[in-house]
Amino acid sequence: MDARTVDQRNAEARAAEAQNSAARSVDRRIFDELREIVGPRGLITSREELHTYECDGLTNFRVLPRAVLLPDSTEQVQKIIRVCHREKIPFVARGSGTGLSGGALPVENGIVISLTRMNKILEVDFANARVTVEPGVINLDVTNRVAPQGYFYAPDPSSQSVCSIGGNVAENSGGAHCLKYGFTTTHVLGLEVVLADGSVVHLGGKVLDVPGYDLMGVFVGSEGTLGIATKIILRIVKRPECVQTLLAAFPSTNEAGAAVSDMIAAGMLPAAIEMMDNLAIQAAEAAVHANYPNCGALLLVELDGPVAEVAALMAHVDEICRANKAWEIRVAQSDAERALVWKGRKAAFAAMGRISPNYIVQDGVIPRTELPNVMREIGQLSRDAGLRVANVFHAGDGNLHPLVLYDRRIAGQEEAAEGLSSKILELCIGAGGSITGEHGVGEDKKKMMSKMYSEPDLQTMQRVRCAFDPQQLSNPSKMFPRPRLCGEKPGEYVAHPLETAGIAERF
Amino acid sequence: MDAGVSSQVSLKSTFEADVRQIVTAKHVRMAAANDAVAGTQPSFVVEPGSEQELGKVLKLANAAGLAVIPRGGGTKLEWGNSPVRADVILSTARLNRVLEHPWADLTVSVEAGCTIANLQEALAKHGQRLALDALRPKSATVGGVLSTNDSGALRLRFGSLRDLVIGVTVALADGTLASSGGKVVKNVAGYDLPKLMTGAFGTLGVITRAIFRLHPLPKETRTVSCVTSNAAEAQQLVHAIQNSKLAHSALQICWGAGIQPRVDVLFEGTEAGLAAQVQQATAMMGAATIGGAGRDVWDLRQEICSAGKGGGEFAVAKFAILPAELAESLETIARLCRGELRWSVVVQATGIGWVRLKGAVAGVDSVLRQLRPDLEGRGGSLVLAQRTASARAFEAWGNAGDALPLMSAVKRQFDPLGTLNPGRFVGGI
Repeated sequence: MDARTVDQRNAEARAAEAQNSAARSVDRRIFDELREIVGPRGLITSREELHTYECDGLTNFRVLPRAVLLPDSTEQVQKIIRVCHREKIPFVARGSGTGLSGGALPVENGIVISLTRMNKILEVDFANARVTVEPGVINLDVTNRVAPQGYFYAPDPSSQSVCSIGGNVAENSGGAHCLKYGFTTTHVLGLEVVLADGSVVHLGGKVLDVPGYDLMGVFVGSEGTLGIATKIILRIVKRPECVQTLLAAFPSTNEAGAAVSDMIAAGMLPAAIEMMDNLAIQAAEAAVHANYPNCGALLLVELDGPVAEVAALMAHVDEICRANKAWEIRVAQSDAERALVWKGRKAAFAAMGRISPNYIVQDGVIPRTELPNVMREIGQLSRDAGLRVANVFHAGDGNLHPLVLYDRRIAGQEEAAEGLSSKILELCIGAGGSITGEHGVGEDKKKMMSKMYSEPDLQTMQRVRCAFDPQQLSNPSKMFPRPRLCGEKPGEYVAHPLETAGIAERF
Repeated sequence: MDAGVSSQVSLKSTFEADVRQIVTAKHVRMAAANDAVAGTQPSFVVEPGSEQELGKVLKLANAAGLAVIPRGGGTKLEWGNSPVRADVILSTARLNRVLEHPWADLTVSVEAGCTIANLQEALAKHGQRLALDALRPKSATVGGVLSTNDSGALRLRFGSLRDLVIGVTVALADGTLASSGGKVVKNVAGYDLPKLMTGAFGTLGVITRAIFRLHPLPKETRTVSCVTSNAAEAQQLVHAIQNSKLAHSALQICWGAGIQPRVDVLFEGTEAGLAAQVQQATAMMGAATIGGAGRDVWDLRQEICSAGKGGGEFAVAKFAILPAELAESLETIARLCRGELRWSVVVQATGIGWVRLKGAVAGVDSVLRQLRPDLEGRGGSLVLAQRTASARAFEAWGNAGDALPLMSAVKRQFDPLGTLNPGRFVGGI
């Protein structure tokens, strides 16, 4: 029974209604101001349309933003953020929304700033091998733009035909070829950034070694927590004279792993070394018929460079694979042959749908030499949980992508899969590795951060956050395991954005 | 003695007594004249034996308001601005171990005070290297090269230290020991503090250990050199090589008073691969010499940056320009120096160069003062590494751009009392 009187209940209802109406009027005032900045077609506030933005590539977290803004210039981004700063409204930047860690997940009562309209390639400077782009430019479009002159943009995440450069900068995206070519951070030379107070700063530049701290290096991979990049200067790379891809079939991941170690010991640095286990091979075959041999483990080794150098090294790679019991070896030489070999690997995540109704894509890193141990332990965890795990790795740099297969319709399996997936990350930490090699921390792995780093380590990162964004408006509540304040004194009171907006009060 | 001076003296003697407790008396001494830092005389030299000791000493100094100058091999103390205060030299000399070299993982974990030469020697046992040709490797330390972001010709192929360092542990001014990054090459968990510390000149914290990604030692190397008739021709050649399918590891132009501009290109790889590339390069370069009879052309940066011999005033500066503007910048240097000064320059295809000027003090200073605005006007920079005694007040770094307030905010977060290397970095940081 409700012990409250009718009057009390009525009073509460009136208070709630007053609060809602206050919120609506605040929203209306702010929305009017934002609409003025981006124009009527640059502001989305209807519930139906907002649903498109409630998650990114990681779909198990969903939050509806208050509004989505679609600016088309740095000035518009700056004006929007000035409003956010004044009204203490948290904002989340969004590119193509392909991220796999919930980095672009909206935050409660925040807005989303979508950068898809800022999609111009601003300058292509072949003499200096630099390209300047807006953040919404698609990764592959950069390579397509410079390919006729024999150049390419090296970072190639699997989603490169849809993901944006701005998103790549936020996540420090990798790809299959970062073993040799490095990550996004290796190829970004300069940034124009709108900070959380609306000011614009330039970090790095077209020329190397700009005097001062490498704040560009800190910004890349900061997952949208330090501001919004509105211009990005990229380095482009000359295409190598030739590229060859070797495919080798091994009895198990142990022999394949031993072959990788032997290549490293022989002083080689291939452009890519990828490994797939039997389950991953089966899925890829079912999905795209890449004509892979049905074996315990498959290795793809790509070498690039001058013809004579590649020929000499490829002969050596072939020898190493045979010495480690590879029973079938193919070398793809033409672009068409290479495309077929890579097709199965690139389709591997999506191919899981062929062999399992549901699956979780994990991203962890281990020191390469721990591979046999970690594989054995993943096998054990998989048997204990009664769930299958398919493995796809960037074997050269120890980046694992275990795919935990499950069926949501069977009670308890989803929880078991999530449990297994995070136990795999603990294995990675235990082996001296990392909880993420390329997908980011975002919303998904923030709790794991305190397992990987000590409290002083995290506090030190927080100092950087407080220098860039003392009010923590830029993608707050991501990356770090718990909220921290930036006040001079610990525990200093900071008003919740809703309080200052007049929507809520603390009682 | 007035009250201020006497309290300062007692503060320092209390500090000294406390530090003895931490590192033992053997490892604290009064600073000598040759401990001066870019012209500023410190009071003590402290050599902690562990990173925990180092953190404790730093915490004490910070609490006592004493300025701390971190020091590795002391080979680049003339770089940057003179510190506005210098009380304690915090030496990493005893933190000199290679902690772990899991060679099959191509990584190494090393203490900050280990010299580059000792590190390279340990790595070479397994056919590996830190792909960095640092200045004065026998004395320069891991912490020192990281803090000063030193890089040589190999940068073209392997990147600079920011691309090679994958983890650091630093002692912050308040004594906090914090690690970031890790032991694996690929890692995007948390902010990339190893990059923040690289080139921060010890103003945000003292690096106590670092983890690097490694590269194999090359099986074979070849250098092809070609003398050109002028800077424009040298740049054309550099551009042609950069634009070719050659896979070179280093590419530079050397020029100086009384010599012709010369282009050097370095190849590393297998015997078979090198033969083909050298042939191709030689064809592009015309009259070229192969190999390196006599002086190694890749040591020129070491010579340009070396300490002066036989007296005479000189200055050394690092500069950065766009690769397409190599020739114009080199010609500017030649024109400014004409007839007055002895000068030599080495500039890499990346656009990073080093210039040494020697002659009358007024002439040296005047060239530097004219050169900086010229380079900055092209979007480049000029940073002083060694200057004449009369040019102490000449700001070492030049324009840090519109991010300077943000840099100052970072400094305040890490070192709110201005304990570490005060005044040595950009914009008075």
